[in-house]
Amino acid sequence: MIQLKVNGVQRSFDGEPDMPLLWYLRDILGLTGTKFGCGMALCGACTVHQNGKAVRSCITTMQRAAGSEIRTIEDVAAHGLHPVQKAWMEVSVPQCGYCQSGQIMQAISLLNEKQKPTDQDIDDGMSGNICRCGTYQRIRAAIKAAAGERA
Amino acid sequence: MNSITNVSRRSFLQGALSAGALVLSVRLVPEVLWAADTPSGSRADQSVLHPSVYLGVDTDGTVYIIAHRSEMGTTSRTSLPLVLAEELDADWSRVKVQQAIGDARYGSQDTDGSHSIRDFYDPMREAGGAARLMLIRAAAQQWGVPEGECSTEPHVVVHKGSGKKAGYGELATTAAKLPVPKKEELNFKPPTAWRYVGKGQSSYDLEDICTGKAKFGMDARMEDMVYASIEHPPVLGGKLKSYDEKAPLQVKGVRQTVVIDTFTPPHHFQPLGGIAVIADNTWSAMKGRQKLKPVWDNGPHAAYNSEQFKKELQQTARKPAKAARNQGDVDAAFAQGGKILEAEYYVPHLAHASMEPPVALADYRDGKVTVWASTQNPQSVQEVITEKLGVPKEAVTCHVPLLGGGFGRKSKPDFAAEAAILSKKVGHPVKVVWSREDDIHFDYFHTVSAMYMKAALGSNGMPTAWLQRSVFPSIGTTFNVDATAAGAGELQQGWTDLPFDIPNMRAENAGAAAHVRIGWLRSVANIYHAFAAQSFANECAHAAGRDSVEYLLALVGSARIVDIKKSAPEYPNYGGSLETYPIDTARYRRVIELAAEKSGWGKKKLDKGQGMGIAVHRSFLTYVATVVQVEVNDQGELRIPRVDTAVDAGLVVNPEATRNQFEGAAVFGTSLARFGEITATDGVVDQSNFDSYPVSRMNEAPYQTNVHIVESSAPPAGVGEPGVPPFAPALCNAIFAATGKRVRELPLSRAKLA
Repeated sequence: MIQLKVNGVQRSFDGEPDMPLLWYLRDILGLTGTKFGCGMALCGACTVHQNGKAVRSCITTMQRAAGSEIRTIEDVAAHGLHPVQKAWMEVSVPQCGYCQSGQIMQAISLLNEKQKPTDQDIDDGMSGNICRCGTYQRIRAAIKAAAGERA
Repeated sequence: MNSITNVSRRSFLQGALSAGALVLSVRLVPEVLWAADTPSGSRADQSVLHPSVYLGVDTDGTVYIIAHRSEMGTTSRTSLPLVLAEELDADWSRVKVQQAIGDARYGSQDTDGSHSIRDFYDPMREAGGAARLMLIRAAAQQWGVPEGECSTEPHVVVHKGSGKKAGYGELATTAAKLPVPKKEELNFKPPTAWRYVGKGQSSYDLEDICTGKAKFGMDARMEDMVYASIEHPPVLGGKLKSYDEKAPLQVKGVRQTVVIDTFTPPHHFQPLGGIAVIADNTWSAMKGRQKLKPVWDNGPHAAYNSEQFKKELQQTARKPAKAARNQGDVDAAFAQGGKILEAEYYVPHLAHASMEPPVALADYRDGKVTVWASTQNPQSVQEVITEKLGVPKEAVTCHVPLLGGGFGRKSKPDFAAEAAILSKKVGHPVKVVWSREDDIHFDYFHTVSAMYMKAALGSNGMPTAWLQRSVFPSIGTTFNVDATAAGAGELQQGWTDLPFDIPNMRAENAGAAAHVRIGWLRSVANIYHAFAAQSFANECAHAAGRDSVEYLLALVGSARIVDIKKSAPEYPNYGGSLETYPIDTARYRRVIELAAEKSGWGKKKLDKGQGMGIAVHRSFLTYVATVVQVEVNDQGELRIPRVDTAVDAGLVVNPEATRNQFEGAAVFGTSLARFGEITATDGVVDQSNFDSYPVSRMNEAPYQTNVHIVESSAPPAGVGEPGVPPFAPALCNAIFAATGKRVRELPLSRAKLA
């Protein structure tokens, strides 16, 4: 039996230990804000936080998630919109929106590490997340806005 | 053509709207009640999905507006209701947008071809305007004053003389009893009074998207549903010989396997066939699939090798072909000599690779099918399920959640038919989830093309003759396996519509057989046609020793309307009339001049390895000029620091959303130009995921794209696709300016720029 915490709630899981966290979140817990995009950690649509750090849930097995604290997009606005979400809305980042949960989770993680990220920091931090609609320049602007540094 | 009927006196009010609500429908509504049902059954959910009409005003003042086009990121779900809200003079904060199910009553719901605003701008404002007039008349009646003395403020009818005011909700019941005014009676707001149109609103779904609450097709869930992952025949048309029926069942969570028959040609929108693994969750289904050990009879397409096919296309392109447009006498003009230029261009197959792969949930029970599909065309979902399951079309209900991208792939509902077939076979709601590998392998690919170009330049450097020839497997092969020639709909896209002022000009085309499924991809044939024509125009400029912008303006020539029917009688003009949407070179000139000016063309000091390139293109009735600035270092590495795009799309309803579309088009154009390539070996597609089919990441995309919208009162045109075609040629023209290397074959990842 695997134990873990998801969005502050203690959970136990007795399924296949090689199941990726992504499908546990989506199919079993019904937390569909985290998206499936590639299954190989190539696109970042499935990004969640594990013990505060951005990870790709599509290649994080339940075994590796055991004992950790997982936070998904659903929890980010649990106590009001996060500054990153506010910035995303101000800049009107999304087009289709499908990748944006992962982008936001990645951006929050980036800003936790670098409070005033440079362009290079943003490139380095965000280039693992694909947006096929091509909202990158708005993502960059929103990250700068959230960092309190208007683009 | 659009009749407006008041259906509020009929018995449709069992859903969201309370009795007495005023409801209008537009576009030939036969007034059939459609019973709303939703996955969860709350009244609020039912209201949101109640799709019987375009517009409802409830007694509490809530305005319900139906979005009948699919939302895949272009913001049409916001912008079209906004047009209606404008003429209704509604307060946007009191509008609830409801997504329509698939239903022919709405007219076309096929959300492709960049025509949502173009085709539905008028119907939406007529619906809004009619409702506003009815509310005004209701107020005038109640107050005993002439209707001419009444006017509206947002959500309120006012009588200036007496100072009386009444909210829309209070007036709805009375207004519902009035006849619907005729179109001729409507007084539309003057543009100076617009609150929303031309100013725009952010996406209706913005907060839900940013908080993970938005529901995409991938997120559809039902009680008792099971999951399916499908092993398709690796080669188009391949048939199953055998597979291991037992091994998948050893995987925990796997319930059963189901064989889906391979289609009978033409493949059209039919499922490919294959073996579905049915499981309790997506992961188990995917894992079980790895144990199938299928053996296939690959069939004739197993002889397809894209490298060989490319050579065949190029050879065909060197031989005379059928003229789709002929002006003057090209052969006689070439015979007279001049400086002769020839060039060949090539663009490979491309995959859509929307972030959300194809996905659908279907529930078959008691002869009825309910589907939630990420589809650009819910009516075609109804049609293909009708065909495959033999149920009447009315028995198929297709709900449309948000789409995680579409780009044309999701106009084809094969995956929704798979879900319906499986649900009938296993007796549960079935959710079919395509993996990324499925998506890339089994796409309806953007076609592969070869272009041959030839021009004779006169003493002033301008062409006296221009010949262009394209060769590609047509989209028609999806509907008719024997289709060998491109249709006028493909040839209008950047080929027969060349606006250049050249006395002798011929556009030719030859067909080719298809060995994979071919479909529409964002801007379609415009991609390769514009790449060839706009690159070659730049080659002519260079050969003439002239500035690229100045030369392009000279090619376009003086401001005039191109008499296209004279030389290309079959030219369809994207379904728009040439009276309303002529080919207007003044508009080409304006976008060229604007993009050049804003980019600092000719004024910037460029260092070694830096260069600027321009291209202009009209598609989907919108004019776009793009200037790309590049840096290429000594290692041949490319950076795109800046893009300036000038857009004349006529009246623009939602400017910020439009800017977002053109910023995205620059990234989409970067992806296809730098990396886009699908190849095949023995009929099997070689690429499978974002490692082998890369798309632009943040560090590879343009750093800054500036979108300059031309203010215009011309009828609205498309904005979703037109930004794509000029991008690749502008980029390659910039690379030539920076390095002297001319790229004639995409993708750039195959070119040596150092």
